[in-house]
Amino acid sequence: MERISLGHGEGGELTHQLIHDVFIRSFDHGEQARLDAAIISSSSEQIAVSTDSYVVDPIFFPGGDIGKLAITGTVNDLAVTGAVPKVITAAFMIEEGFPIRDLKHIVKSMAQEAEKAEVKIIAGDTKVVERGSVDGIFITTTGIGAIEQSYLNPESMKKGDAVIINGTIGDHGIAILSARKQLGLMTNVTSDCASLNQLIQNILRRTKGIRAMRDLTRGGLATGLVELCEDFNSTMEIEEAALPIRDEVKGACEILGFDPVYLANEGKTVIIVDANEADLVLDILHKDEYGADACLIGHVTAVTEQTGKLKLKTPVNTTRRLSRLSGMVLPRIC
Amino acid sequence: MCVGVPAKVINIEEERALVDVMGAKMIVGILFVPDVTLNQYVLIHAGQAMAIIDEEDANESMKEWRDLLDVIDRDLL
Amino acid sequence: MSLIEIYSNPKITHHLAEEVIESAKLFREKKGRLPILMEVCGSHTMALAKSGIKGKLKEHVRLIAGPGCPVCVTDQKAIDAMIQLSEKSNVILCTFGDMVRVPGSHSSLLKAKTNGSDIKVVYSPFDSIKMAEDHPDKEIIFLGIGFETTIPALVIAVREAETRGLTNFSIWMSTKLVAPVLRALLLSGEVQLDGFLLPGQVSIVTGKQSYRFLSEEFQMPGVITGFEPVQLLSSIRKLLIQLHEGRSEILNDYTYVVKEEGNPVAQHFMEKYLTCHDEEWRGMGMIPESGLILKEKYARFDAKKKFNVSQTPPKKTKCRCGEMIRGVLTPEECVLFNKGCTPTHPIGPCMVSSEGTCAAHFHFMREDK
Repeated sequence: MERISLGHGEGGELTHQLIHDVFIRSFDHGEQARLDAAIISSSSEQIAVSTDSYVVDPIFFPGGDIGKLAITGTVNDLAVTGAVPKVITAAFMIEEGFPIRDLKHIVKSMAQEAEKAEVKIIAGDTKVVERGSVDGIFITTTGIGAIEQSYLNPESMKKGDAVIINGTIGDHGIAILSARKQLGLMTNVTSDCASLNQLIQNILRRTKGIRAMRDLTRGGLATGLVELCEDFNSTMEIEEAALPIRDEVKGACEILGFDPVYLANEGKTVIIVDANEADLVLDILHKDEYGADACLIGHVTAVTEQTGKLKLKTPVNTTRRLSRLSGMVLPRIC
Repeated sequence: MCVGVPAKVINIEEERALVDVMGAKMIVGILFVPDVTLNQYVLIHAGQAMAIIDEEDANESMKEWRDLLDVIDRDLL
Repeated sequence: MSLIEIYSNPKITHHLAEEVIESAKLFREKKGRLPILMEVCGSHTMALAKSGIKGKLKEHVRLIAGPGCPVCVTDQKAIDAMIQLSEKSNVILCTFGDMVRVPGSHSSLLKAKTNGSDIKVVYSPFDSIKMAEDHPDKEIIFLGIGFETTIPALVIAVREAETRGLTNFSIWMSTKLVAPVLRALLLSGEVQLDGFLLPGQVSIVTGKQSYRFLSEEFQMPGVITGFEPVQLLSSIRKLLIQLHEGRSEILNDYTYVVKEEGNPVAQHFMEKYLTCHDEEWRGMGMIPESGLILKEKYARFDAKKKFNVSQTPPKKTKCRCGEMIRGVLTPEECVLFNKGCTPTHPIGPCMVSSEGTCAAHFHFMREDK
């Protein structure tokens, strides 16, 4: 099997070959590759920029791989700010000995996902480090999006606004956990990792009352919503019984003692919208492949001067406060 | 942490069994429940099945609560 | 409707909660104070808080968390010893996830891991057996904490190591038994109690019979229960009815898994491999015959005999977890709660364990200030 050697990172002939054979072939940036930097033009006054590093174990998992994740993650970060993602750059840190076949596979997934999300991968960098210095491969992507029109209006958030999610929570977390085979858990759950930019743009263009959105990743639904509450001084109440959770994810949580509101997602966003437009948003979501399981999970109950709080309504009709994830998600058994 | 959710036994191999909780599966030891058979439900703890759920008992108890639910629903109407 | 769906049904839950409140009012009229019940099991504490039952009943029934969180009751000396153990060279320390963030006198397993210790979180003690086979050049030590629910799983690991002839596997036994601690608690007379919500999973192993002494010697009623809202409320109601009628019986409200005699197979395995000894508890000191250790015959799997750890007295802190475990202090009464002590920066185990009283309180019952 062909493997990445330190020579591939030295900047000489081997590097040139690798870039040519693996990256340029997939990313289709032949013109740009001759220059030291990619040059882009934008007609928007405002652009959005986001950067993120991707490390995941295992690198290939049901529903995706680190390459797909490196695109969807950055695309979604841009999309929830109301930007239209345009271009992405990618930096690879590869461990000596990493199979070239796997690298090709990862790069191909990136290219496919970029095409699907209609973003261009315009520049990249590759470094090879000694065995043991990184765990297989790390990817950092930076994305630039154009703000064509400002649709989001967090300051107008008010009591009664609807809190909507585009689908089931915890899929990515459980998919990764089962793929690791560490805790003996076996499921058919696939990661929800997906680019939501087209769906989000569709919603933004057809509505007027979207206050804010947040893509949910590590830390899960609870952490994402707590941040929204704190950032915009709003108190939200979500209903435990309304949260969409797959049976297998529920089962896995029961066995291992996880709380699904803290499990990772990679293709989920929460949307805070004027209650009058909640049905419209749900309707748009339900017609999209990434919104089929969308539902209303709660409401904004107050907008105050103080820091907002996230509350959860329990089955006995009491409410309790949810905090952001503290510490690691560990299986809780004994 | 104690897990109260019943796990269905879907395969048995000597001292181990494959169990299913709402579609999530796991292999657990069954030494402590030697009489367990396929399709029975067990409670698991730290990788071992600790008890077989007495289905007759569970059904009886469920019926009691269902009856109560009927009464509650009637009263609410 | 499935078992769990019935037992977490909101309408039944609501109905039962109202009934409990009515019964509690009767008690209050008669005695002039709230009924005080102790939920012994840490998972019950968590379930009661998470489902909202604790909050709902707050004005009507005092629910006190008992000494049933295995991580919390582990003595500070033992925690320090475990951390030391992880720092030994050539050792892979396997543990349940809950132990990892518990603060020791100077460090925690998580900090030790950051500093290079090889610590693995496993789901089952059995998983550490595979680890021992995969790493014949390493010593695999499993941190054997837990009550009667978990002890049988520890025994299985030892049995497996024996069958496979493993010489690089051992368990650091720090197990606890429920009946002796309840006795000690009642003998101390330190906390006023009207009845016990008895642990579900422990009772699967020990059986209903193991609590007979509560009613016979202490006239204390108890109800064995499960973990879903309907089960918990139903059992609280049964306790209140007993109090109203002046009875003090041990009732089994978890009959579909708990039997009078418990699980005889699990008991047999425990008797074969283990023997009773006096165990040190956090906040309670030495309780006679309150723990199980490996019999002399299996000493080769006993990490306490295999490895030397210096037992220095633990650092004194302001931590009041000991009082929390005895049921004489509530999280709101602890000056550290949500100030010096949070899940991110815990001072004591009750704040980090997923069954800890303070963790339950922090995550599920914090009042809005």
